[in-house]
Amino acid sequence: MSDLNKIKNIIIEKTLKLDCGKEISNFPLAYETYGNLNEKKDNAILIFHALTGDQYASGINPITKKEGWWNYAVGPGKSFDTDKFFVICANVIGGCMGSYGPGTIDPLTNKPTGTNFPVITINDMVNAQYNLLDYLKIEKLFAVAGGSMGGMQVLQFVSNFPNKARVALPIACTASHSAQNIAFNELGRQAIMSDSNWKEGLYDQKSTNPDKGLAVARMAAHITYLSKKGLQEKFGRNLQERSDLKFGFDADFQIESYLRYQGSVFVDRFDANSYLYITRAMDYFDLTKQFGGNLSKAFKDTKTKFFIISFTSDWLYPTSENKDIVIALNAIGADVGFVEIETDKGHDSFLLDVPDFLSTIKNYLNTTYSNINERRI
Amino acid sequence: MKEEFKVISKFIEEKSRVLDVGCGDGILMEYLSENKVVDVRGLEISKEKVKKCLSKGLAVIEGDAENDLKQFPDLSFDYVILSQTLQAFMSPENVIENLLRVGKKVIVTIPNFGHWKVRLDLLLKGEMPVTKNLPYQWYNTPNLHMCTIQDFFNFCNNKRVNIYKSISLNEKKISNITTSNLKYKNLISELGIFLLEK
Repeated sequence: MSDLNKIKNIIIEKTLKLDCGKEISNFPLAYETYGNLNEKKDNAILIFHALTGDQYASGINPITKKEGWWNYAVGPGKSFDTDKFFVICANVIGGCMGSYGPGTIDPLTNKPTGTNFPVITINDMVNAQYNLLDYLKIEKLFAVAGGSMGGMQVLQFVSNFPNKARVALPIACTASHSAQNIAFNELGRQAIMSDSNWKEGLYDQKSTNPDKGLAVARMAAHITYLSKKGLQEKFGRNLQERSDLKFGFDADFQIESYLRYQGSVFVDRFDANSYLYITRAMDYFDLTKQFGGNLSKAFKDTKTKFFIISFTSDWLYPTSENKDIVIALNAIGADVGFVEIETDKGHDSFLLDVPDFLSTIKNYLNTTYSNINERRI
Repeated sequence: MKEEFKVISKFIEEKSRVLDVGCGDGILMEYLSENKVVDVRGLEISKEKVKKCLSKGLAVIEGDAENDLKQFPDLSFDYVILSQTLQAFMSPENVIENLLRVGKKVIVTIPNFGHWKVRLDLLLKGEMPVTKNLPYQWYNTPNLHMCTIQDFFNFCNNKRVNIYKSISLNEKKISNITTSNLKYKNLISELGIFLLEK
């Protein structure tokens, strides 16, 4: 339990009306911060995590003892320079790192909430996190940023709270979750739900989790985060600690072994029900539809500076979908920058050491921050 | 800063909205936003240059004029700039049309294929001209549609595009091009800079 005590959280007392119609209140939102808020309180950056991320963007995650999920980008001297900026990251509701989610113990039953947890949306996640800004007394953020589902939260945030952030960095994301992405998420959910340990979501977390289902979900998803070329170059048809094929169903190939490993380490840190809820929230995300088919309306009158980034080898959230956001912003004359970064690392590029990507963000943020201070913007 | 950019920036009024098509590494954009208090956007095809621009905090999107001008609404900019890239498009005609749709005024500069050195190269050497402003060989040039200042005047006439101002640039010497000195300016200008309006 001692590790769990290290998780910072706030209890949101205010009632939050969810998109599903249900209301929640007095629920925990776990968060972490890096760097210091300056006197003017104008250097805060809110970072949103992706599907399997958490609030530990940088440094060592005190629970998993592994590096933070965005360690390449967040830290002293890095893209989101914590010597300069005050970086805030919260665990989304529905998550499993201290925020209110299906793993939260229901005081009435003393058991995990499980599938009694309401279905949440990206909008709900963002609205919940907004409370953190009130708590930290931040009037205006310098930036909001995030990749993948984090990018969707960026879009929803600037739409819900116009001009609350000076800069928005949606990375490798979409304004409307595609059929292909819903299909992959459904595959993952079916893997979990067909594990006999899942028990309609009311499994007892500590003993018999639907680990096998969750591992398969992770394996399938992991493939979608990489590119064909990246996989071929990294693994090819290399064999795993053997000189020849074994004519069986063991992991003959390195890629098989790699995926099995990815699946097995994932179940140690992630809750299967959270996986169901969060993928559902992503599937429901359609900002274009929220605004009657006109995405531009989501950003009406915005003064936020947008910087949108996609990756050449990302086939999950391809450049075309990122460009749709650029087009919608240009249609209303918003301040928008866009670049497609060349890399073979697939959708995962935003989490990896892609120097072009990391340095462009760093320079963009630093210059924009000093331009704002010189009142040139 | 290039002489050409100085001429262009003189065309632009304070507090206007500007789109720089083919903005390169954003030197003109920077100059305009620092000196003219304009709201300036850029479109650039080269990833490297886009990254440079974004590193400077400039609002530049990666794209090319032939495919990506579409997304800008009619008359959404006071000025649209196209500096020395018209000749590289598959369809300069469509690009000009689109520029005039997006911008209330359009500034176009062209390397002048009518310059005497260019003419001499072809006349005397019998070779495709290679000059300071047109440094490529015929087999590797990105310039698909070269034209002269005279050609550009004719084009604007045919398309009923109004040429507001036309400037000749030759070895940093700036002069006005008029209908009466057009033949001469077409011979001595390295660059032609035009302010257009539909």
